[in-house]
Amino acid sequence: MKIDSIQNGIVIDHISAGRAMDLYELLGLKNVDCSVAMLMNVTSSKMGKKDIIKLDADIPVDLDAIGYVDPGATVNYIKNGVLDHKQSIRMPKMLKNVIKCKNPRCITTVEQELDQVFKLTDEEHKVYRCLYCETQAENK
Amino acid sequence: MVRNILDVVDLSVEEINDLIKLACDIINDPKAYSEKCRGKKLATLFFEPSTRTRLSFEAAMYELGGNVLGFSEAQSSSASKGESVADTARVVSCYADIIAMRHPKEGAPRVAADNASIPVINAGDGGHNHPTQTLTDLLTIYREKGRLNDFTIGFCGDLKFGRTVHSLINALSRYTGIKIVLISPEELKLPSYVKKDVLMAKGIPYVQTTDLESVMPELDILYMTRVQKERFFNEEDYLRLKDSYILNMKKLENAKKDLCILHPLPRVNEISKEIDNDPRACYFKQVLNGKYIRMALMLTLLEEAAR
Repeated sequence: MKIDSIQNGIVIDHISAGRAMDLYELLGLKNVDCSVAMLMNVTSSKMGKKDIIKLDADIPVDLDAIGYVDPGATVNYIKNGVLDHKQSIRMPKMLKNVIKCKNPRCITTVEQELDQVFKLTDEEHKVYRCLYCETQAENK
Repeated sequence: MVRNILDVVDLSVEEINDLIKLACDIINDPKAYSEKCRGKKLATLFFEPSTRTRLSFEAAMYELGGNVLGFSEAQSSSASKGESVADTARVVSCYADIIAMRHPKEGAPRVAADNASIPVINAGDGGHNHPTQTLTDLLTIYREKGRLNDFTIGFCGDLKFGRTVHSLINALSRYTGIKIVLISPEELKLPSYVKKDVLMAKGIPYVQTTDLESVMPELDILYMTRVQKERFFNEEDYLRLKDSYILNMKKLENAKKDLCILHPLPRVNEISKEIDNDPRACYFKQVLNGKYIRMALMLTLLEEAAR
């Protein structure tokens, strides 16, 4: 299967196989104007299988959201058909307005103007907790 | 420097020990502290009723020579008009020197602390934290046992939703020689994350049982809790579990002579009234200790803020 290369835009590469849909949702890609291509289960010499997302425009993407879903991913910025620069991704220490607290007793459920902030409390097990009520986020 | 106390772990072990020492000094010589907060105002922002905690804070401030303003339920505050916690905290910062805040929503005191320019003390936020209750428990244990290490403490009743239990276990995990006995029905067992993140992570020995009497002889301290109706979404579950453990004189037959029985109160029926006059019943002393530790905490925070 072949997808045309892009001239100007972003390629999110080395996404663990099966995680592209999670990223698609968290990055809000259904609301963007540009073309979005999702390649899933692509053969990879390094990873065996991987997912790729291609965006046909240089739109702002939330690197923290990518780091939350898959810190192993890479973000490649393409200009005039060639790689302009690469951004490596890390698991963010804080997540702001990426995910929502699911605790019905949390203050964020009644005060809608509050930012949804999560703090990384256990890097090894990828545990994020709500800054306000400390409820653990469900792992993406 | 403005400092907030939202969780008991905001305080180091040394700071807790200093607060306990200060509280003991206040108990020994209350007159020496009766003017320490002259001209200071405590704002008690209680978005849900809690008579005991509010009165304890207010009595504490009056005994330090200060004054009190505030409200005791959300309906009598601007929250009923839709004002945010952040705005309330900013406004109250213009009127008072320190805030004690209770709110049914978890994390609300953090929002207040992020927006206030004066110290904020969490006076209980839903099922989340209640640091001054934990400080009260620690002061009571210290006064009854003379130490905060080397004892076996049993927690009995609702260990699932009981925030005072989670918080005290967390606080005690920083002291040495503590053994913990968890006594509850299956449905109200201590959550696995508390066991994993606190007990197992810090190597605190613990046992779980459903039988209070069988472990009674081992205990130096017994911390009883109420099965709290307000923590249940389903009334049927509450009714089924509310009478799980009732402490009476018969159950105390094999208890140590110097056992210390604690309860964060209010009690419903989980401690029989016949125990109230037993010297081992320390739960009303706990109430008094609550006032003294709040005096120590407010005095410390106000002195820090003035620096």
